[in-house]
Amino acid sequence: MARALINVPSKAKRGDVVEIKTLMSHPMETGFRTGSDGALVPRNIISRFACTYNGEVVFSAELFPAISANPFISFTTVATESGTLVFSWTDDKGQTQVQTAAITVE
Amino acid sequence: MNGTPGPSLLTRRQALATAAGGLVLVVARPARATPEAMQDVIRTFTGGAKVTEGRVKLDVTLLVENGNSVPLSVSVDSPMTAADHVVRIGVFNEKNPLPDVAIFNLTPRCGRATAATRIRLNDTQMITAIAQMKDGSFWSDTSEVIVTLPACVEG
Repeated sequence: MARALINVPSKAKRGDVVEIKTLMSHPMETGFRTGSDGALVPRNIISRFACTYNGEVVFSAELFPAISANPFISFTTVATESGTLVFSWTDDKGQTQVQTAAITVE
Repeated sequence: MNGTPGPSLLTRRQALATAAGGLVLVVARPARATPEAMQDVIRTFTGGAKVTEGRVKLDVTLLVENGNSVPLSVSVDSPMTAADHVVRIGVFNEKNPLPDVAIFNLTPRCGRATAATRIRLNDTQMITAIAQMKDGSFWSDTSEVIVTLPACVEG
């Protein structure tokens, strides 16, 4: 997997609900598509996504082949304290990509 | 084999053509989820509990040009407190090869019950979002999407 684009506000007021946007580059091969040789291309999608905030899971998702290539996922979280958000994407090959973002809460 | 195609060769050609034709037919009709398959998956998701229409807002464009990337967002009317919040939101479709689209697991730390993504749609069809609340109740919203260029059309 390549790197992901993550949009987290760097600063927030305590108690504010902040919007988080993530875009991971991945082909999300459905397993229903045939390649140039006429054979089915094996399925390889990101099936799990999770976001932890200072170690606590705030949001996670189970994805299916109906999610577009380069999956975009957006959700919200409450800015409780300064710290780190850890995002992880796991695909069918068992590869997990982890990326972090820092947030300062005033 | 000296020039003139014998009857056996013709038969062989016909047989090959028929075989190829059959193959094309099979390829042109990929497996599809049916509305019944969607109902089955929804039943698994809810455990057979009653689903009430309301509280959920499924926001997806009514007419999409390209089924490969359709923006979809879902929000639920919920205070998102520890006692009363949305636990899961499932999104399902009728006519893609598989009836599942995504399942979002939410916590009170989300603050607002909302999630967005981009999905693939194989045909003009109904999309359903179902939210499971902390108290075990299920709420839903359904939207029809017209797709001019479906996903999965090219090899």
